[in-house]
Amino acid sequence: MLAHALLGGVIYGCYFALVGLGLNLVFGVMRIVNLAHGDVLMLGAYAAFFLFHLFGLSPFIAAPVVIVGFFLLGLPFYYLVVPRLALAKDAEMLSLILFFGIQQIIEALAAIAFGSSERSIPGRVLGIGPFHLLGETLSRAWVIGGAIAAAAVLALYLYLYHTRSGLLTRAVMASREEALASGIDMHRISARAFAIGLALAGLAGVFAPFMLGSVTPAMGTSVNLAAFAVIIVGSLGNPLGTVAGGLIYGVGLLLMQTYASAWADLLPNLLLIGVLLVRPTGLLGRRVRLA
Amino acid sequence: MRDFLAVGLPVVVIFALLPLIYANQLLLFNFVLFLILAQGLNAIYGFTGYLPFGYVGFFGAGAYGFALAVMHLAAPPGLALALAGLAAIVLAMILTPLLRLSGAYFAIANLAAAQAVYQVIANPALQEITKGPYGVSLASVFAPRLSYGAALLILAGVFALVAWLRHGRFGLALQAGRDDPVSAAMAGIPVVSARIIAWLISALIAGLAGGVFAWHISVFYPETAFDLSFSIFAIVFTLFGGAATLTGPIAGVLLLYGLYNLIGISVPQYFQLIYGALIVGLVLFLPRGLASLLQRRGIDVP
Repeated sequence: MLAHALLGGVIYGCYFALVGLGLNLVFGVMRIVNLAHGDVLMLGAYAAFFLFHLFGLSPFIAAPVVIVGFFLLGLPFYYLVVPRLALAKDAEMLSLILFFGIQQIIEALAAIAFGSSERSIPGRVLGIGPFHLLGETLSRAWVIGGAIAAAAVLALYLYLYHTRSGLLTRAVMASREEALASGIDMHRISARAFAIGLALAGLAGVFAPFMLGSVTPAMGTSVNLAAFAVIIVGSLGNPLGTVAGGLIYGVGLLLMQTYASAWADLLPNLLLIGVLLVRPTGLLGRRVRLA
Repeated sequence: MRDFLAVGLPVVVIFALLPLIYANQLLLFNFVLFLILAQGLNAIYGFTGYLPFGYVGFFGAGAYGFALAVMHLAAPPGLALALAGLAAIVLAMILTPLLRLSGAYFAIANLAAAQAVYQVIANPALQEITKGPYGVSLASVFAPRLSYGAALLILAGVFALVAWLRHGRFGLALQAGRDDPVSAAMAGIPVVSARIIAWLISALIAGLAGGVFAWHISVFYPETAFDLSFSIFAIVFTLFGGAATLTGPIAGVLLLYGLYNLIGISVPQYFQLIYGALIVGLVLFLPRGLASLLQRRGIDVP
């Protein structure tokens, strides 16, 4: 049972790393909190649902469609909202409220368009039969979801550390002023990072019906809390720290579900507060008040 | 004091007289409740710049403090109300270290804290004490008129407090600490302890609001008392009107909560849509609230 929980935890951890990844990238580059992250994920899940039920497309085909579609939607959306927000005095705080408003709009539109009933995609579309790994029997859908998430994390790593655009992105993350001073087109880089963040959330959404259970317009808030726990436990503003956060979160969640299921919902919150209180500077880095 | 007499007192008097001509007392009570909560949030956000997304945690702690005092100690409502405030203050003391965080970190950690309190109280494992997810019933102390009066008293106190924060020494120290903590500390202002006091005051207000809420509606569930919309509404009302003023949050509550009651009850999705659009427009075009329209022209908004 312990081995099963640990192995499942690692798989879930990969998936939760993907859930937090886009949020963390956006925060790291733009210093804005995308509170609508969970709702973008929800839209990705609905896209996968409709592509499957209307056109019979499997999630493997839905995934690239969603990635490209969300990326292309993200670019104009960035220019519509963020530059104007950045003018305000307290942009980080206001972003929280702004994206809360956007979240409300997305949730309301989704409820009007899709209704509030729960939607799901049958797990067999990802392949039939259980999956054997290291002597444990796991759900095939889980393993595939986890593997795709791991691949997405790897792809982001390659982008950030082995392309020119990734180098510029990291420069903006390190210091906006100096990046600007050395002639980097900040809005272009930021828009790209923003769109990638949305695409990653969409990809996580495509596999949400298999990993998180059925899909409803209101699922965004709980996804957000999990995503925040993951990126704060990892390292805020550092997308790859998300992996550590995801693994801690995933293993913790499955251990809680196995041994103390009544209290499993508490985990993301306790993890988050605990890390923030014990090491406000350590795990999460640079943002602590001086006075 | 002048702010309170000019703006606060008339509002309290109007809400004291309204039940004579308008029968829906629950609606009036909700207005008073949000007036209290918006000012309570104003006390911390407007004067220190800390945005508590989990403000509802203190409200819920107050509601359950009241309920537990009535259920287990058979406390009279007055005492139970005091214990409700105490519960919120104790929770705020436990959460004081969160003030070390800044900006978004504080808001998110505070949200998580409110969720954690909710999950503990709603947990079926604690059914013996809190009745878990099944809710509490306080029929023995149900007294709608008396509790409405108590809410008005709290409202008057909160108005006076915010008026004092705007002009008193302590409030000015807080605002200096908000605008530039380093310079304020150099000028000899105890920034951190002032901030902690504001935090406890703000929690106390939410706790009293929660207690009087529990008293007035007398039957409720954990998800009602910890409904995140309490936080959100209080934040949006305050921002919409203009933080760090007495009038702003009042205007925000009257306009937006009025709008909510006109359209939100019958078609919640459409209200949510309008609400979201309103928030987005507000942040992008009027980040300092309605009051800033006047302040920009050099008019002092009380």
